[in-house]
Amino acid sequence: MPFGNTHNNFKLNYKVEDEFPDLSKHNNHMAKLLTKEMYGKIRDKQTPSGFTVDDVIQTGVDNPGHPFIMTVGCVAGDEESYEVFKDLFDPVIADRHNGYKPTDKHKTDLNFENLKGGDDLDPNYVLSSRVRTGRSIKGFTLPPHNSRGERRGIEKLSVEALTSLDGEFKGKYYPLKSMTDAEQEQLINDHFLFDKPVSPLLTCAGMARDWPDGRGIMHNDNKTFLVWVNEEDHLRVISMQKGGNMREVFKRFCVGLQKIEEIFKKHNHGFMWNEHLGYILTCPSNLGTGLRGGVHVKLAKLSTHAKFDEILTRLRLQKRGTGGVDTASVGGVFDISNADRLGSSEVSQVQLVVDGVKLMVEMEKKLEKGEAIDSMIPAQK
Amino acid sequence: MPFGNTHNEMKMKYASEQEYPDLTKHNNHMAKILTPAMYERLRSKQTPSGFTLDDVIQTGIDNPGHPFIMTVGCVAGDEETYEVFKELLDPVIEDRHGGYKPSDKHKTDINAANLKGGDDLDPNYVLSSRVRTGRSVRGFCLPPHCSRGERRAVETLSIEALASLSGDLNGKYYALKNMTDAEQQQLIDDHFLFDKPVSPLLLASGMGRDWPDARGIWHNDNKTFLVWVNEEDHLRVISMQKGGNMKEVFNRFCTGLTKIETLFKERNHAFMWNEHLGYVLTCPSNLGTGLRAGVHVKLPNMSKNAKFEDVLKKLRLQKRGTGGVDTAAVGGVFDISNADRLGFSEVELVQMVVDGVKLLVDMEKRLEKGQSIDEIMPAQK
Repeated sequence: MPFGNTHNNFKLNYKVEDEFPDLSKHNNHMAKLLTKEMYGKIRDKQTPSGFTVDDVIQTGVDNPGHPFIMTVGCVAGDEESYEVFKDLFDPVIADRHNGYKPTDKHKTDLNFENLKGGDDLDPNYVLSSRVRTGRSIKGFTLPPHNSRGERRGIEKLSVEALTSLDGEFKGKYYPLKSMTDAEQEQLINDHFLFDKPVSPLLTCAGMARDWPDGRGIMHNDNKTFLVWVNEEDHLRVISMQKGGNMREVFKRFCVGLQKIEEIFKKHNHGFMWNEHLGYILTCPSNLGTGLRGGVHVKLAKLSTHAKFDEILTRLRLQKRGTGGVDTASVGGVFDISNADRLGSSEVSQVQLVVDGVKLMVEMEKKLEKGEAIDSMIPAQK
Repeated sequence: MPFGNTHNEMKMKYASEQEYPDLTKHNNHMAKILTPAMYERLRSKQTPSGFTLDDVIQTGIDNPGHPFIMTVGCVAGDEETYEVFKELLDPVIEDRHGGYKPSDKHKTDINAANLKGGDDLDPNYVLSSRVRTGRSVRGFCLPPHCSRGERRAVETLSIEALASLSGDLNGKYYALKNMTDAEQQQLIDDHFLFDKPVSPLLLASGMGRDWPDARGIWHNDNKTFLVWVNEEDHLRVISMQKGGNMKEVFNRFCTGLTKIETLFKERNHAFMWNEHLGYVLTCPSNLGTGLRAGVHVKLPNMSKNAKFEDVLKKLRLQKRGTGGVDTAAVGGVFDISNADRLGFSEVELVQMVVDGVKLLVDMEKRLEKGQSIDEIMPAQK
């Protein structure tokens, strides 16, 4: 693939307008914000590892998007991408993250004790609770850009870190490439297995190269803590369990994450983080906390109410189907999670989920009894 | 995407065995031939435009292949790839092209007058005849590697050259990105329209980037001569018509190609060609003539005969379904074409098709009458 330094210099033989992509049919954040002038200004730049603007935007060029869903259309190849290409990334980040400014500071708070409540969501309605985030490891380039050597380096470090965990985190690592059929079947049944990305959003950015080399899944014996290695980010960390005890899920999440981070730091490979962007991840949409805290919740009546979407917006929540992003809900069961990632802390985002879901379940109960919910409609958070 | 010079140098920090791909489950020419020692010797190299070894082999790593079908597993990014990476590509070429040696010379002959016969294949059996080849335009990188500026320049040159064709070759260019619905429907009905590649063999090597920018189809008013611009190669040139008059198809093919080549030469952009590899194309399997000449022919009896495969082999022909490569035959109708590309001239390859299909039709007629075909079994060509 062609986008490194030499070929980038080669491309400078062509005028800006000859190289500028045709974005006339496109609907994504990158296409909204990239101008010919901006492209002209940054096209001769590269990060220290050789990531160029064409590398950043290729996925957005190849995937024009959807009239209703705004995809991001650009990715980072390394930590420095967000700095070298700030002319593009800063406006994309502002557009995606509610006007977040280049001067804003992001607050990280993984102290689970700061969460209020969250242990009493009604399990008759809240079927399961889950918190996920991503982490990038300093000193390696990101999935769109990394070499096999780097990816394997990440895997090796991760396996070391993860298999040294004990107590409730004690578990096992399953590399994708040497999984037995029985292991694969079990991981599918547990809904843990991730497969080679088919989404062109990911494949066009280069994240599927060399699949399944260097990829794997670790989970604890209790099947409540799960780490994906080298999928869309270096690490995806997931805490989950049946029922509505989000507090317990979040506690496990925070404790586990911190243990893992310590081990990586010991090896001089801390997580990528800075005080402006928080945790650095491949997709700009996941900057900040990278956190999606959510529940599967039965909202058969509320979901058909005229004000459902409005309520979600005010609570700063989003809905998805139970298959995850871009799926439909089944049987009135929705995946409800925080909409924000950047500009608010982990605790505050999970707090929004806990408080918001509690309110929506109460609304659901009222609607079941034929009562109105107008007085319960919340103010904009 | 990561494979240019700077990131290639970054990769050099990892030992060769850390970067060497895992090819244990692979079955393609590249995987058969690449060794760790070879990888180590070649990994620091790049072509003048910055194409590296990892660029060459990425598609073969990402596509382990099929136990019965041998894919090539490597591509060229520019003309120089075949020289800079000859240590890998020479043995791949030898393996793919019947033992073709680095010292061998390839003969080009597109003088249609040298074809004997070919105008009398029985149209009751031979439903259609077609000849295709590819051409690369010197001075530009190939589809896995070219930038938007380069691709557009190839398109502009092509439009100019094709617009100056006249008579039987008078025609029109349809750019993929601004085709009307009516035009699109017509091209589909004519079986001319090519779509964004879905094959992971092509996508993994980067040929789908920026789709549909600078891709298009030109065809003559008679719909017997067709040129694809910027699909898997810079140009794919196709001559086709109903019935069995392969001579006429080949005449038009040679005339059209020669005219187009002259027009490109006049603009100082000749076709990539050398006396060892003939015409230089993206996939090593298409080197030499890049020519596939074939017919759709009814062989319901012959195709069920125990000797069918052996006959094809002796005639140096291959069968495909009527949807083209990797499709199945429908209603006993097969696509029969030359198996070779390199080491034989265009005239020689079309001659094999003409003579071979004539024989196969004779065999079909015999089998219809319940007669044996043993006396007319051919020797190995």
